[in-house]
Amino acid sequence: MKVADDKILLEIKRVSKQYPGVRALKDVSFTINKGEVHAVVGENGAGKSTLMKILSGVETMTSGELVLDGKPIRLTGIKDAIDLGINLISQELNIAPDMTAYENIFIGSEIKSNGMLNRREMRAFAQRLLDSLGATFSADTYAGDLSIAEQQQVEIARALRYDSRILIMDEPTASLSERETEKLFEVIRGLRARGITVIFISHRLKEVLEIADAVTVLRDGMYVGTMRGDEIQEQQIVRWMIGRELEDYYPDTSGISSGTEDYFIVENMGDNENVFNVSFSVKKGEILGITGLVGAGRTELINLIFGILPKQTGEVYLEGRRLDIGEPADAIKLGIGYVPENRRDYGLFLELSCAHNIVINVADREPISRYKILNLRKVEEVAWRAVKARNISTPDIDREVMYLSGGNQQKVLLARWLEARPKVLILDEPTRGIDVGAKSEIYQLIAELAAQGVTIILISSELPEVIGLAQRILVMRGGRVVTELTKREQFDQELILAYASGIKNPDYSFEYAEGR
Amino acid sequence: MAVSEAPRKDLFKRITRNLGILPILLIFFAVFWILTPNFRSFNNMMNIMRATSINMVIAAGMTMVILTGGIDLSVGAVAALTAVVALKVSLTSAYYLAVPTALLTGMAAGLINGALVAYVGLPPFIATLGSMTYLRGAAFLLCNGVSIINSNLSFAWIGNDYLGPFPWLAVIALLVIAVATWILRKTVYGMRVYAVGGNIQAARYTGIKVRKMLLSVYVISGFCAALGGVMIASRLYSANGLIGEGYELDAIAATIIGGTSFAGGKGTVIGTLFGALIMGIINNGLTILGVSYYTQQVVRGIVIIAAVTIDIVRNQLWKK
Repeated sequence: MKVADDKILLEIKRVSKQYPGVRALKDVSFTINKGEVHAVVGENGAGKSTLMKILSGVETMTSGELVLDGKPIRLTGIKDAIDLGINLISQELNIAPDMTAYENIFIGSEIKSNGMLNRREMRAFAQRLLDSLGATFSADTYAGDLSIAEQQQVEIARALRYDSRILIMDEPTASLSERETEKLFEVIRGLRARGITVIFISHRLKEVLEIADAVTVLRDGMYVGTMRGDEIQEQQIVRWMIGRELEDYYPDTSGISSGTEDYFIVENMGDNENVFNVSFSVKKGEILGITGLVGAGRTELINLIFGILPKQTGEVYLEGRRLDIGEPADAIKLGIGYVPENRRDYGLFLELSCAHNIVINVADREPISRYKILNLRKVEEVAWRAVKARNISTPDIDREVMYLSGGNQQKVLLARWLEARPKVLILDEPTRGIDVGAKSEIYQLIAELAAQGVTIILISSELPEVIGLAQRILVMRGGRVVTELTKREQFDQELILAYASGIKNPDYSFEYAEGR
Repeated sequence: MAVSEAPRKDLFKRITRNLGILPILLIFFAVFWILTPNFRSFNNMMNIMRATSINMVIAAGMTMVILTGGIDLSVGAVAALTAVVALKVSLTSAYYLAVPTALLTGMAAGLINGALVAYVGLPPFIATLGSMTYLRGAAFLLCNGVSIINSNLSFAWIGNDYLGPFPWLAVIALLVIAVATWILRKTVYGMRVYAVGGNIQAARYTGIKVRKMLLSVYVISGFCAALGGVMIASRLYSANGLIGEGYELDAIAATIIGGTSFAGGKGTVIGTLFGALIMGIINNGLTILGVSYYTQQVVRGIVIIAAVTIDIVRNQLWKK
């Protein structure tokens, strides 16, 4: 791949960003060349998104300097960035679903004639922009009716409308299918051909290798390095991202002996919509991994088990007893814990204190309360003990959870569930968006819990994580379990992906093998 | 001991942070203290307390509702209806049931509000806007559009007698504030109120029966509004459909001035007490100063906006 022009377009100089209690970026410096596709990669919590927000004026940096075309620039808001030709397409798309594509493109910069909206011209202009991106839909389509990929095209068109020179995309492929991703890459190549510089964040190295002219790696808020052209090497990127060898990243779970009898059994679970007839069982102290692509129905499955969504079919058994779960409160009482995927939306009470967040599940149990009246001293004691035991870094237990880093927030959430002493703990993407150090701690914790006899169901789309931790893996696709991998030597990224994506036909042999 | 492990320097922060709106209350107090000699008397202090007491009681319930992220616009109408109910019953042979019947009526009204919000899924604003309208209509219907008077009111002591030097109205108001504070701070229920308001989805995932929680705060608010209605009726020896008009806005103002977040999950009843007192002191001080009613209204409106603005600015400063 050839860089169109070797001249430097944007210099990022010693940029730092300090959030309360967290240093998101520390002295990050690198350069972006004119017309290149520049990938910024790193583990969750590496500071990629923060950097993108700074470059696009969404956030202001605490210190540092940005130099565009040799001139220092000051971004005090998104408007400044747009005026300089820098546009951000964030991960959560900024689309008004009840407006048409062309209206979305022109929000905030409407074309007017005589003070009235000139819809005809906006529509025509929008259509030209969309066509130039290879879009196959009309500018009159309501944005809500478009696929995610098409909505992305609307956003890109909006940026082009502003004569964008630098297009920043935060994980543009996160919710795209493979085909859509390919299409997006065509669009990006087209933009590059027009001389537009694209900076994008991705988790998926394969994609980065495919499209990027330059790759910059961040780790724990710090700059690690940049590779260009032929220097780009997968192995090197991984090593930079993780900062250590993979082997000592995951605790050894192979030695953990689980029970021999089925301890927690799920039978024919389904809602006839996203989940169909899922059956599996877990032994006491076992770590069962459930993986699959986005939309495979993993989270929905757990929501059915936990009583969050109404199930149509299915039974749940624990210790040989059939459980009657109508709502989460029942599941918790029966000894099931669930750390949900999106901790900010479904897990944490961000404005409430650490103590409050930690004890909320056990607030009605002795000794924290008696006759539903809290013993505030016990609340403090329990919270402090949990903060110490889980290595949560917070100045005090009254600190609101929103001021903690992602990793510490997740540890607070885990601490909450550990206080409830569940027999079965379901973890849905437990390490999403947290830094490497915290990740490793959480892996240790999971291994410890399993060793203590807690049954773990680990849902994750990060395959290395599932492979590194689980003793057995279920792969889901289209709301069904398509295979069960029981032997270590079967734990292979490519094999799992083949099942998850449907390249390999479902293997139901395990169902017969277990005599079901 | 575990507690001492909290860093010392945070102590000052914590205290000043939890003071909330108190400094503003003290400033207003000091200004009127200096400007108007008549403001300073013990009797005037009691006047302020008495005049503010009804708002305090209603606002305590309102705070609970707003803490869950809801709102209760029906409290003024509930006060009217329950005042009329109390007067009606007081004129019968079962006059001793006047207050209990009124309180139960208020709770029933709250139960309907809560059911509409929690089980039907109506937005609280809409549900209580509806009940605000129909309950006031019901109050007018019940009293036939005229004032019901009972000069021999059995519970008139509430509005007119004293406990030592303190008017019962003020004593009741402070009791309600104290109980509400205790519930929010010291009970599992209170902890869950904050959780529901802080993040209703997370509350559900964490096993809190969210619907029951929502239902309950509207019942509490209905109870508080009914108590407010009883207090008004006892003071006036009469009741009519016009009672309590605009009280919902006063209660909301006291709650918000007191630092409770409109989005829920954050706030205290003590803050609401201060909020109500600020409004009470302004009314009282300006009246003594001879400021016209209309000017007072202008000042009140500005104070609401200014108080909340200061709160927001201060919170932003804390984040840094």
